[in-house]
Amino acid sequence: MQLLDLGSRKAHYFETMVSLADLKAGSKGQAVLLKPEEEAEELRPFMASLQLVLLQFPTFRDGRAFTQARTLREYLHFEGEIRVEGHILPDQADFLKRCGVDSVVLEEGSDPALWFKRLKSFSFNYQSLLEGS
Amino acid sequence: MTVSVGHYNYEEKDRAFLEERIVEFEGQVKRRLEGSLTEDEFKPLRLMNGIYLQLHAYMFRVAIPYGILDSRQLHKLADISENFDRGYGHFTTRQNIQFNWIALEDAPTILRELASVDMHAIQTSGNCIRNVTSDEYAGAADDELMDPRVHAEILRQWSTLHPEFSFLPRKFKIAISGSPEDRVAARFHDIGILARPSEKGPLFRIFVGGGLGRIPVVGQEIFDSVPEMELLATLEAILRVYNAYGRRDSLYKSRIKILVQTIGIDAYRKEVEEELSQMDLGRYRLSAEKVAAIRARFASPDFVDVPDGDAVLQDHKATNPAFAQWVDTNTHKHRQEGYIIATVSLKAPGEIPGDVTAAQMHGLAALAERHSFGEIRITHLQNVVLGHVRKDELFTVWEGLKALGLATPNLGLVGDMVCCPGLDYCSLANARSLPIARKIGARFGDTALQAEIGALNINISGCINACGHHHAGNIGLLGVDKHGDEFFQILLGGKFGENARIGTILGPALAEDETVDAVARIIECYLSKRQDGETFLETLQRIGREPFKEVAYATA
Repeated sequence: MQLLDLGSRKAHYFETMVSLADLKAGSKGQAVLLKPEEEAEELRPFMASLQLVLLQFPTFRDGRAFTQARTLREYLHFEGEIRVEGHILPDQADFLKRCGVDSVVLEEGSDPALWFKRLKSFSFNYQSLLEGS
Repeated sequence: MTVSVGHYNYEEKDRAFLEERIVEFEGQVKRRLEGSLTEDEFKPLRLMNGIYLQLHAYMFRVAIPYGILDSRQLHKLADISENFDRGYGHFTTRQNIQFNWIALEDAPTILRELASVDMHAIQTSGNCIRNVTSDEYAGAADDELMDPRVHAEILRQWSTLHPEFSFLPRKFKIAISGSPEDRVAARFHDIGILARPSEKGPLFRIFVGGGLGRIPVVGQEIFDSVPEMELLATLEAILRVYNAYGRRDSLYKSRIKILVQTIGIDAYRKEVEEELSQMDLGRYRLSAEKVAAIRARFASPDFVDVPDGDAVLQDHKATNPAFAQWVDTNTHKHRQEGYIIATVSLKAPGEIPGDVTAAQMHGLAALAERHSFGEIRITHLQNVVLGHVRKDELFTVWEGLKALGLATPNLGLVGDMVCCPGLDYCSLANARSLPIARKIGARFGDTALQAEIGALNINISGCINACGHHHAGNIGLLGVDKHGDEFFQILLGGKFGENARIGTILGPALAEDETVDAVARIIECYLSKRQDGETFLETLQRIGREPFKEVAYATA
């Protein structure tokens, strides 16, 4: 598995990955896989113990993980690692980073250089300029 | 550099952004040609840069934010149509312009040409927030409560390459108006916004879940009075709910209107309020300073006193009946004494609605330069507006338009049809919508007859995707495929505006020529039944559909 870091938080390897259902059933996992149709809000009771949330892109056109990531960061104030896997394009690198994603599981044959290039493609973004203080 | 009136004036950072976007797109085209991007992966990326693959060629859709151009931009569009297309362009119902015959390899060059006049094709297609539309009389109309363009520009910037909302379940269209006259069809958009001033600053009434397409729905009010500083937070929350819960399993059920219908407007509002209660409202706050900074990049027309405006205009009308006719149908009251708003109909009888030639574009740009502060607006009914014409110069403008073949006096009348490109261009269409539009236009080409008939909107779509907004036409025509032949369904009673309504199907579909005859008989029926001053829609309401159905399907 090739991991690519989008920002400052370094990706960590976890032996076991549990599901949301496992967590609810009492598993003590530190790393959880949140499916696209599952709500990030459901992870709230487990914030203290979670260190990694893995989000999925069934296809790069399915943008639900962007909202899940923002929900984790903005509403749940999750400070651990957010990772994404699945069919993702390097063209989405900057969007992922800005929504709070730290790392990407690269697909076979992906070129990390394209990802880093995309992170530097734009010198600013309009949303940040509009943000309040 | 000259400062443009009517739209946001770019600064260096905006230009740098466009160049960075073009470089990104060039890289994507290169990866596609090398094969490292599949067509399936490339498609959404090119769509978000305005490039469609159509029946015969690539179609290229250029953004005209809130429908406003300056003269140098319109000259440039004319040049592009001459150099890269077949010498004409097509204005769309979302105030954009399309070129129908573009080569993919020319796309980056065209994007650079556009960028040289501060234009782009960003998010004119794809499952993202599309180019924001606004009132074609914004900042000019006498009936306006508030100029919506500064906030339209804020929405443009906010939605441009939005990190969270660039891969939505489906396309997302926003319109904003500042007039009670709702000239933007606010209730037929994914989000429609009506702005108004108050003692505490601007307030925004927001509708969600409207739209035409396969399943026409009138949008519902989600909030009545959103304050300016919460505008972006509220939009973020509405989009966040949609991105999380909008259907992704069916192309035809993935618009926000389906989600709003499924859970109901009250439940949707509750979800949005839930988001807002958790959101960092400081971060998403639209501050008065930010609004002021964007407003500062707009320029206002430098109006002068026009002492004899009305008298000169009356003189010209008295001596030239054709001019008088055009003034009566194609002008609107301006808020500034001595000025008037002129709408240029792109619906000459027998021509394709919304099409303009390069020569006409150059001509319009020159007229705007001389007589309307260099500003040109595109309307959602596919016409063009010169927003600030001195009354004593209106006759000169009209003569100029006449020379360009653009002085058709039919605004809001039968000939002012809205029509999609149809099967002549579009890969989705079932029927050709342009030929029937031309036939109806020719049938009712007579100016006096059109004036006699009065206000009547005909909308024509070549398939159920409804790009010609047939559901919202007083008379709507929908192209359908009947065992390989092109037929048309007739709908009656649709309406844009404050009391927006969806038209209903009158009866079985008819062949093209029969449809034209049926429309003619429906209009004759209206003329014979109407009472003093009644519009088509009013007569329809009073006497019901049956008399119209009877004549439409009467066989000789």
